Amino acid sequence: MLYREAGQFKTTYAEDMAIFPIRQDRMALAILLGIAFIGVPLLANFHIWPFGSDYLLRAILLPFLILALAAIGVNILVGYCGQISLGSGAFMAIGAYSAYKLGTGVHVPLAWLGFAISIPPLPVLLSILLGGLAAAVVGILFGVPSLRIKGLYLAVATLAAQFFFDWVFLRVSWFTNYAPSGSVNAPTLDFFGLVLSTPIERYLLCLIFVTVFAVLAKNLVRGNLGRQWMAIRDMDIAAELIGIRPLYAKLTAFAVSSFIIGVAGALWAFVYLGSWEPLAFSIDRSLQLLFMVIIGGLGSIMGPFVGAAFILILPIMLNLIPTQLGVPLSTETITHLEFIIFGSLICYLLIKEPHGFARLISLGKEKLRLWPFPY
Amino acid sequence: MIALGQFLEVLIGGLLSGVLYSLVALGFVLIFKASGVFNFAQGAMVLLAGLALVRSLDFLVTKGFPLWAAITIGIGFAAVIMAITAWLIERFVIGPLVNQDGLTLFMSTIGATFILEGAAQMIFGSDAYPLRLFPTDAWFLFENLFPGGILVNKLDVWGGLIAGILVAGLAIFFQRTKTGRALRAVADDHLAAQSVGIPISWIWFVVWFVAGLVALVAATVWGTKLGVQFSITFLALKALPVLIIGGFTSVPGAIVGGLIVGAGEKIAEVFLGPHIGGGIEYWFAYVLALAVLLVRPQGLFGERIIERI
Repeated sequence: MLYREAGQFKTTYAEDMAIFPIRQDRMALAILLGIAFIGVPLLANFHIWPFGSDYLLRAILLPFLILALAAIGVNILVGYCGQISLGSGAFMAIGAYSAYKLGTGVHVPLAWLGFAISIPPLPVLLSILLGGLAAAVVGILFGVPSLRIKGLYLAVATLAAQFFFDWVFLRVSWFTNYAPSGSVNAPTLDFFGLVLSTPIERYLLCLIFVTVFAVLAKNLVRGNLGRQWMAIRDMDIAAELIGIRPLYAKLTAFAVSSFIIGVAGALWAFVYLGSWEPLAFSIDRSLQLLFMVIIGGLGSIMGPFVGAAFILILPIMLNLIPTQLGVPLSTETITHLEFIIFGSLICYLLIKEPHGFARLISLGKEKLRLWPFPY
Repeated sequence: MIALGQFLEVLIGGLLSGVLYSLVALGFVLIFKASGVFNFAQGAMVLLAGLALVRSLDFLVTKGFPLWAAITIGIGFAAVIMAITAWLIERFVIGPLVNQDGLTLFMSTIGATFILEGAAQMIFGSDAYPLRLFPTDAWFLFENLFPGGILVNKLDVWGGLIAGILVAGLAIFFQRTKTGRALRAVADDHLAAQSVGIPISWIWFVVWFVAGLVALVAATVWGTKLGVQFSITFLALKALPVLIIGGFTSVPGAIVGGLIVGAGEKIAEVFLGPHIGGGIEYWFAYVLALAVLLVRPQGLFGERIIERI
């Protein structure tokens, strides 16, 4: 009843090409953004339920936003361009460590050339974005083989990136500013004189990043470039025949995807973790991101959000529900159950609904538009 | 100056541990050859087989069975578990996805990996369990030729022997038996094989079961070396570069690739590692695979055509 587009006439091309052509969608999004930008900080500020403590903000919403951002990046590569990547954790690490080096000052002693390169510590915002840029450059480098090799071969190439960079950040102590323990601390989150310290401020920062990048990504995949990616994904030879340059399309997909993943990595390290070691970006992180994309929906921008929420909430639910029912499970059992549930869900979704939860949601909307008169 | 004795020792040790990579890679190749599915779950299958074996062994030994009986029953039990796993995977994961593209199938095996890892540890426990089926002490060879002789691990020799027997057995199975021939037919062309009356779901079950048995063999050898524990699943990740180097569809490729990776990474670790920080065993195989990919994408023994997957 409520979700009906009867009476909404589009009179200009701009209206026809809008991201959300249906008024109810726009309203829903506005309400959602309103809650996220105003409601949550207000509630959290006055410690109203469920924000009685910082737990929800710090341990759920913050990782949710950052991982959703990273998953958008993964989805651009895997879901839109069809290039499977098992190395997204490495690109998060590259973003994080480049941002860290730039934020604390780079010093490259080139003694054998007789001089040294020194860059003073850059502002945090700039170093986060440059961290993303560094990840994009490495992403392009690892995208180059994708022109000759495809599918699983590429998956192995990206795995090579994962293992190589894990090792680099663990062993090359230049990246950690020679920290003896190998773990590094993020610089103070100083945005043009505004120092972010409370969870609410950090949450808002991530929210701004996620919103901006989600809108950019949505527009990118709707446009020329996104259509090129999808053509390459659906059938690369046919795409080439209609005049799409595979080199350009694949490398842009790698660049954009790695940039977003790199920014997410920098945020993960700076805003969520604060201090971290290379283990934070291991292959488990790569697989986790891939799951978010598969469960949430390959080839959609909403999918990563749904997937990230699901993957973060499932363990908490597994912990909470049996305890409430009076049969608390041991942490080990919970981990194993989590494995089984994730695995089964992935298989089930791949068989029944290859486009994930996002597709289910849009199916629901289709049905609502016709309700109560189904075909 | 590198002593010849030390070099030979490292080389032999590397080759023999490479045999074990080959064992895991073999499981991949079998499934890829017969169904075009890239089986990410091979490592999880090694874990499951190893856990089933070691736990049933422990149980039987504490019940007072003699060791030989316990080993026989334990191996039989693990084989039955692998058969059930193969049936379940064929029935519920790979079967419904028939005719989907390779990427989907690959991701479904990632799903299967997680189910297997979770289930195996939930049923059989998640500690590290020692497994002692083979002697693990060292041998010294050519003591009069090189100072100190060449140190060779007996277990590795056993592993090499078993791998050899396994490969010979598989070759006979593929070449001589009816099922083996049907399997090769399915690998060549699903549709044509089906139209001459080869039951494809049965063939897939057989392939997954054989891969399960290969996993069981890998698990006994690796388990004796490192103990049966979760980290054994990372073996699967090490087998990936082996496949790239050897070629996805080639059984001899898996063997040679394993030997190259095993020997290469040991030599690199011992002679190159100290200069650039050590621990390069971790990624050496991958960088080698990358280099091979750039020069010869189909691997040393692979088929020339690469399909989009």
